[in-house]
Order: sequence, then structure tokens, then C-alpha cells
Amino acid sequence: MTSKTWSALGTSRQMPIQISPPSVQVLGARVAFGTVALFDGLDFDVPSGKWTCILGPSGVGKSTLLRVILGLEDGGGKTVVSCSDGLPLAPRAAFMAQRDMLFPWLSVLQNVTLGERLRGGDVNAGATRSRALNLLARVGLADAAEKLPNALSGGMRQRVALARTLMEDRPVLLMDEPFASLDAITRLRLQTLAAELLCDRTVLLVTHDPLEALRLGHRIHVLSGSPAYLDAGLEPPGNPPRSIGDPAILTMQGELLHQLDRAATA
Amino acid sequence: MMLRIGRLLGVLFGLVGLWQCIVWMTGAAHFILPSPSHVAAAWLRYDILILTHSITTATEIILGLLSGAVLGIVSALSLAYFRPARLWLMPVLVASQAIPVFALAPILVLWLGYGMVSKIAMAMLIIYFPVTTAFYDGLRRADPGLLELAQTMSAGRWATLCHVRVPGALPALASGLRVATAVAPIGAVVGEWVGSSAGLGHFMLLSNARMQVDVMFAALVTLAVLSVTLYSIVDTLLRRMIPWSPDTHPADD
Repeated sequence: MTSKTWSALGTSRQMPIQISPPSVQVLGARVAFGTVALFDGLDFDVPSGKWTCILGPSGVGKSTLLRVILGLEDGGGKTVVSCSDGLPLAPRAAFMAQRDMLFPWLSVLQNVTLGERLRGGDVNAGATRSRALNLLARVGLADAAEKLPNALSGGMRQRVALARTLMEDRPVLLMDEPFASLDAITRLRLQTLAAELLCDRTVLLVTHDPLEALRLGHRIHVLSGSPAYLDAGLEPPGNPPRSIGDPAILTMQGELLHQLDRAATA
Repeated sequence: MMLRIGRLLGVLFGLVGLWQCIVWMTGAAHFILPSPSHVAAAWLRYDILILTHSITTATEIILGLLSGAVLGIVSALSLAYFRPARLWLMPVLVASQAIPVFALAPILVLWLGYGMVSKIAMAMLIIYFPVTTAFYDGLRRADPGLLELAQTMSAGRWATLCHVRVPGALPALASGLRVATAVAPIGAVVGEWVGSSAGLGHFMLLSNARMQVDVMFAALVTLAVLSVTLYSIVDTLLRRMIPWSPDTHPADD
């Protein structure tokens, strides 16, 4: 891989930081609803500058796990999240959810600069604006900058969400099935786009789609069982985004589907 | 637009026709139910007077609406953001609705005089509740997804209020303001009935006392036209201000 850094996309607000993004360690992750624990004591690493995918069936607690890592939910306490550089994760992590979460009353451009707006920054500053427009152009929506989200299709909306996430320019990214609600072709295109634009960041992606995990993940863990546990993980050959035509990938997809199926019937 | 006006004229024509038919069929005396033509003649006889009184009433309604809306918005924001406000303001809010405006009207006239102020207060009181509860509900029902996104973007409490909760609650506030616009004339006119020296309510009271039923009807029709016009202006403005809010009708499904 080239020596790109995570602030290589346009000019950053801060000085360009020429360091690699931190890795993230999660220890004793626990998610419980009442007294019933979906899982307890999950330990795993999200290595620096790589995509880590957690694959699991619906309802296994993947989304909640992400929310616990982000601090949006406490999941019953005890989960310890730490970064390799010793700084807290939350202010440096961006979150992309299955729903696009566009603000309906803001234009596409205003949605992309949302973070700046929420932190009281000057969204009309030349640098911010041109960086946002640049990112919109990279997701192919340069013409839609002034439209309201209502006027866009689902795929376009999710691309705006991707541009908004990139605008935040954070070293760590947590993604919760961001492409799940899209049609197959749009999903493939957006996966490729995301993999290219986010190739040098620390990414944790949860998904229920084995093919998505295989296309995007440097490392794939399967979360299954009750209470759920993580398997040792799998590292598909080659660099993401991998081709869907690759027989090795298709074979692995079959194996992962079997594994998920066994876990569901066990 | 032409179609809308046409439909409106159709409805008006139908209502007037119905009214005329009832007069014909029952043979009601003109001091019980005057015919539309009698009322029109009465209106033309007193046109300047009716218009002058209408301006007074319209001013009361609009000022009452504005002050009630401001008070309601401020109350809703305090209810949403300060716990003590929830505990102390809520009973006041409910009580303000439990006491009939009619019962309060004489007291307000006693305190605030026969002029406009007591009517404005009355209109304000009657719309305070719908505006406050609608906006407060909207503030509480902000999309949790947007709130979490704002949180991951390190938004403070104030920014979350300004950029997430308030804009998200605007459609709810608009519903409250629509109800308020429809009921504000009640407050103003009740105030005028109880004690006043000007306004359509006052004019109706005088006509009533003189058995000028046709004049009373003319004032009543004027009040109805005033209310409907005000409502459609407010409705149009609110729609313009909230263009993102979905506007679907079950009838179109």
C-alpha cells in the first residue's frame, strides 16, 4: 500500500497528521438486556489501518456491540475500549449506520459539513466548503449539493452519508451494515468506493453479509452462538476491495455461510 | 389555484343556497333567521363600521397569536431542558386549560381593562396550551439516530438543541400553531362579549341588544371570513417554512 495517511483526503482542519491511525482493543465486551447476556467477555483487536469485519446473524448483538464501543450504550458496564496511543476512542471515531441519518432540513452540502456545524465551526469558510464539495464529487454527487435529502434515492443518500463520514476525517471508523438497505449493484459500487476512500484507516464493520465481509475485510471474525463468541478470524488473500468473481472468495463465502448456518442450528 | 378558488366559491354558493332554502321552507321571521340577501344588505349598510371593528378584532387575534406562540415556544423549551420546569410548569400548563376561558374573561377584563389587552391575554391563554404541548412533544420525539450521530460528532448540548431537536420539532410546532390559529378568534371574541368598547364581538352584542339580527349575522360572517383567511395565510407560511416535512394525504394512497 502507498504511504497515504488518513488525512490525505483534501485539506484537513488540523495540520496534516503523518501518523498511522491507532489500533483499538476491546476487552471483556458485554451486552446484556436485563439479566440475559447476548455475549460476555468478548476480547478482540481492531488493527491499525485495516478493515476488521464482524460477521454474524441478525439479533446476535453486532449493532449493540458497536454502540457499546462508541459509548452510546453501556451494555451493562465492564466493556473496556482502549486505543494503541492511549487516548480515548470516542472523539476520534466516526460512526456510519445502516440508516443514512441525513438531516432532512439540511441540503446535501450542509449535511456533509454537519460535524463542523454541530461543533460551532464556520461551515461557510472557503476551505470547509471546497473540501465538502470535493468529497461530494468523489462520491459522484457534485450536482446534488444544493438538493434536500428527500429528493435523492437510497443509494445517493448513503453516498452523502459516506461523504459526511469522510468529512469528519477521523482515524477510526465504526460501520453498522452501512450498505444493507441498498440494491445489489449500488451496494457493490459503494463497497468499492468506501474501500478506496477509507483504505488507510482503522475500520470496524459489522455485517450479516459474508460477501460484503469478504470483499472489504482484511480480517473477518464470525460472531455466533448463545451467548455469542468470536471465532479466531480469517484473513482472505489479496487487498480489498476484492473482486466478487474471484473463485477463492466465492469458496470462502460458501464456507462462511455454512459456518453461520451451523451456528444457527446448533 | 383557479381550481381551488372555484371550489371555494362552489362551497360558498352551496352554503348560501342552503341557508336561503331553509328561510323559504320554514318561513322564519327576519329577526329569527334573516335571509342571505338581508344580511348582505345589512353588511353594505354598516360596511365601514364592520370593517373598523374587524380591524380591532384582527389585531387582537394576531397579537394574541404572536404572544401566545412566543410564550408557548419558550415554555416548551424550558420544559424540555430544565427538570424543575417540568415539575413546576406542567401543573400550571394543565390548569391553564382546566379553567374555562369564559370563567376567566370577566377577571381579565377587570384587571386589564376594556381595551385590547384583555382580549390579547384571552387569545394568548387559549392558544398557550396547544402550542406548548405540540412543540414539547416534538422536542421529546427527536430522532434518536440523529441524536446519536450528533453525539459521535462531539456536539454539545446547545448545538444538539439548535441543530437537531428544534428543527426536528418544527413540524409538530406547526401543527400546534395551526390549532392555535383556529382557536385564537374564540379567545378574542369571548373577551369582547364580556366587556369591550370595540371589535366584532362588541358590535354583535350591540346588534343583538337592538334586535338587529341581520347586522349580527353580517358581523358573524365577517368573523368567519377573517378566521378562514388568517388560517390559510398561517398554513401557507408554515408549509413554506418547513419544505422538508412530508405532506401526504391518505386519500391519495
